[in-house]
Amino acid sequence: MAADLVTYTLRLADTALVLGHRLSQWSSYGPTIEEDIAMSNLALDLIGQARLLYDYAGTVEGKGQDEDALAYLRDEHAYLNLLIAEQPNGDFAVTMVRQFLYAAFMQPYMEALMRSKDATLAAIAAKAEKELAYHVRHAGEWLVRLGDGTAESQARAQAGLDDLAIFVGEFFETDAVEKAMIAAGIAPDPTSIRPRFEALLDHVLGEATLRRPVFSTHHLGGKTGRHTEHLGPMLAEMQVLHRAHPGAVW
Amino acid sequence: MTAASALSFDLARARVAVGAVTDPEIPVLTLDDLGVIRDIRQDEAGRIEVTITPTYSGCPAMAAMALDLETALLTAGFKEARIRTTLSPAWTTDWMSENGREKLRAYGIAPPERATTRRALFGEETKPACPHCGSGKTAKVSEFGSTACKSLWRCEACLEPFDAFKCI
Repeated sequence: MAADLVTYTLRLADTALVLGHRLSQWSSYGPTIEEDIAMSNLALDLIGQARLLYDYAGTVEGKGQDEDALAYLRDEHAYLNLLIAEQPNGDFAVTMVRQFLYAAFMQPYMEALMRSKDATLAAIAAKAEKELAYHVRHAGEWLVRLGDGTAESQARAQAGLDDLAIFVGEFFETDAVEKAMIAAGIAPDPTSIRPRFEALLDHVLGEATLRRPVFSTHHLGGKTGRHTEHLGPMLAEMQVLHRAHPGAVW
Repeated sequence: MTAASALSFDLARARVAVGAVTDPEIPVLTLDDLGVIRDIRQDEAGRIEVTITPTYSGCPAMAAMALDLETALLTAGFKEARIRTTLSPAWTTDWMSENGREKLRAYGIAPPERATTRRALFGEETKPACPHCGSGKTAKVSEFGSTACKSLWRCEACLEPFDAFKCI
């Protein structure tokens, strides 16, 4: 049970960290200064959520691993994030599509996690849910501007949506670990989130005049450490400083 | 002085010391104004414990706040101070004091609205009044500003840009 709770918490933490790190890669490359700041803010929220989750996972595990050990000293196959989080930033449209798909699922998911029987996860979810509401709105407003914008911006937003659709099925897949957490009243059942996710999506895609793609379940494995080729290089860059100078502070 | 009154005297001194600590990003606000101080207590050994709650999960000012609180208590003569962080209940802008709201406005930051009623995700939002000229004719520049807790606006009457404290 405790081992399942650690795995489940690490999945949430890793997804938030990996996506947060991807967003941070936009710092100083944003299309406008306001958007540069916005993406750094989104990254900050996600990395903050990840820190709280790592801290809790390390405490439950009880082997003395702190947030830095969990973030910087685990290799690719020990990472349990959703595959969509590790996908490359692509152009700005791809980044906003990825952000919207994630937030439109995670905001209602965190709202459900607030009712968890695990008091710490419920408390973390109560903070994350408020922050994710801003992410849904921000990415959603961009999808409307891009989709209902020029032919070029629409084509890019649609291409991003079509490319990332293959990773959406993973949101709703559960394995023995997650099923045990659901049965214990600790985790929400992700399939119960699907109607709200689809309603948010249809609302925004409708205004954005974008076509809803087919969400397949062909690409699974992130939650058990089987990743696409993109995670390794990202982690190498993210972890190199800590590994080269263990325990360094400034 | 009895032991009990010595303790309550210490606690009162601790409250004064904590009450003077300001936000590292918005120095006109005290942490108390901001509503992040959740509890101040003293154990039987005389140690002061202050409980704070983060505004945003990733607020980088939290470490500075904890350090500033500890420094203030040590400067006030306490030998040991412990700063504890609690997540629940989650901080809301409703906890900001009336005094704090006025200080924000005078500093040029539009304060958060009273009583957060969560707006629909894609609903209309209430526009903050310009903290400089008071006009309600304002336009949002970006939902994300210089810190996690602020958004960026522009006044269409006096044309000044301003930060607004986000309502969460």
